[in-house]
Amino acid sequence: MLTVADLEALWITLKLAGLTTLILLLLGTPLAWWLSRSRCRLKVVVDVLVSLPLILPPTVMGFYLLIALGPQGPIGGLLESLGGRSIAFTFTGLVAGSVLYSLPFVVQPLQDAFTIIGRRPLEVAACLRAAPLDRFFTVAMPLARHGYLTAAVLGFAHTVGEFGVVLMIGGSIPGETQVLSIAIYDHVEALEYGQAHLLSGALLTLFFVLLLAVYGVKRRLRVVL
Amino acid sequence: MSLEARFHLQRGTFTLDAAFCVPASGVTAVFGPSGCGKTSLLRAVAGLERCKEGYLKIGDDVWQAGTRFVAPHHRALGYVFQEASLFPHLSVRRNLEYGYRRVPVGDRRMSFDQAVDLLGLESLLVRQPAHLSGGERQRVAIARALLTSPRLMLMDEPLASLDAKRKADLLPFIERLHEELTMPVLFVSHAPDEVARLADHLLLLEAGKVLADGPINDVLTRFDLPLAHDQEAGAIIEATVSGYDETYHLTRLKFAGGEFTLAREVSPPGRRVRLRVLARDVSLTLAHQPDTSILNILPACVEALVDESKAQLMVRLSVGGSPLLARITRKSATVLALAPGKAVFAQVKSVALLG
Repeated sequence: MLTVADLEALWITLKLAGLTTLILLLLGTPLAWWLSRSRCRLKVVVDVLVSLPLILPPTVMGFYLLIALGPQGPIGGLLESLGGRSIAFTFTGLVAGSVLYSLPFVVQPLQDAFTIIGRRPLEVAACLRAAPLDRFFTVAMPLARHGYLTAAVLGFAHTVGEFGVVLMIGGSIPGETQVLSIAIYDHVEALEYGQAHLLSGALLTLFFVLLLAVYGVKRRLRVVL
Repeated sequence: MSLEARFHLQRGTFTLDAAFCVPASGVTAVFGPSGCGKTSLLRAVAGLERCKEGYLKIGDDVWQAGTRFVAPHHRALGYVFQEASLFPHLSVRRNLEYGYRRVPVGDRRMSFDQAVDLLGLESLLVRQPAHLSGGERQRVAIARALLTSPRLMLMDEPLASLDAKRKADLLPFIERLHEELTMPVLFVSHAPDEVARLADHLLLLEAGKVLADGPINDVLTRFDLPLAHDQEAGAIIEATVSGYDETYHLTRLKFAGGEFTLAREVSPPGRRVRLRVLARDVSLTLAHQPDTSILNILPACVEALVDESKAQLMVRLSVGGSPLLARITRKSATVLALAPGKAVFAQVKSVALLG
């Protein structure tokens, strides 16, 4: 059966993935919008930065994050000087790392969805007296709902599946920073194959059902549009 | 009231450099070949295309001047795009309400039901745009624009994406706008028949420049402009139904220069109609021919002549003040000794009733 530590790992994983996805949808929306509209030269650089986590080895990212978030690092040092404490090896640190690590999985589907809309629907809305923010919420976002669905699922799933980054900046503190993927690794290391099977099986099922649901919803959306 | 505009716009190799002033009433057709800048001009009026140097004033409202630039959503205009551009995620009703709700109640000059009635949308309200035909979508788009109570309506070839049948279905609705609403319309088209049917005023565009603007009949019959030399060149005549001959089923139509007889029933008497007389359907005689099958014979005065080809020339006539074009052979012109000021009779073989 699942141990208390396993259940905690499951809860932390879901909390981490949920929170990360939420933050990314909020931050990713303006970023993806800007990337889809901008003709600024800086756009290429931002595009590359956003895509970087796709190809960078997770340990490289985790390493730099650890340095940055640690007490001597620029971000950790700043937090300490402000009276806080370093967020390395904390749940907050995990969230920060996951947000960066899963960034492209949320921003790119949104950016694609915004690009496909084109400028016409927004021009139409403008000629119907809708102000810029109004146009965004009543036209751009509803028309990009495919993109939001993909972004949310990919962001969530990718965060659940991450290993290298969370190991580097989270350690594996049970009840605090130990997530499912690390718990599985620990079980295998300890030759507890039964536990590893259980958790792996649970994750496999979860993702299968999740993707099935997404494909089902997408098909329905396509019928409506 | 008038619409006064001056735009200078550079987009790649294309330059729009247009200045014009048209009456802010009736339908003004923006006419010209593809790529001459008609759409850019309309977009500049809407504020969707921002010109560095531009001036735009409608009535007393200045929408652009110097550094002043009123954003599109603050301009009281309706824009009907070439393809209907309905919001695919909203039902027809919600599409119609989109602009309507954003106009303050006090500024609304048309009720929701009025627009639905005018464009015959009652049965479509619950439908999604994906399930409408091209003509139905365009009707919804027009009603949606009307519901923002615009002071100016911009229409970018609203009929271009439709086949002949749908076009014929939609034209009467656009004419109703024209007749029932006093709203000025700027209408982009490259189809001469649409222009002849709908426009009161013509703005002729070529390679980003305004070639001419003026009342439609002037622009259609001016020899220095290309329209008077077209294969389909002709004049427009505004006439009033004055009577109907039941024996022969002929309708009499009165206009400034006399009376036309039309071989079909048009009613009721008093209705204003628009006629089109093509230059190739008009022949000239010096005396009133008594024994001819042609019913429409009008006294006219030659205003000007111009060579069309080695064999043909175009004659502009004045029929009681209304211009009329006649395409005749050069030989006939010589035989009849036609010259400006000469009195002739115009025999009109065929008259088309527009609309």
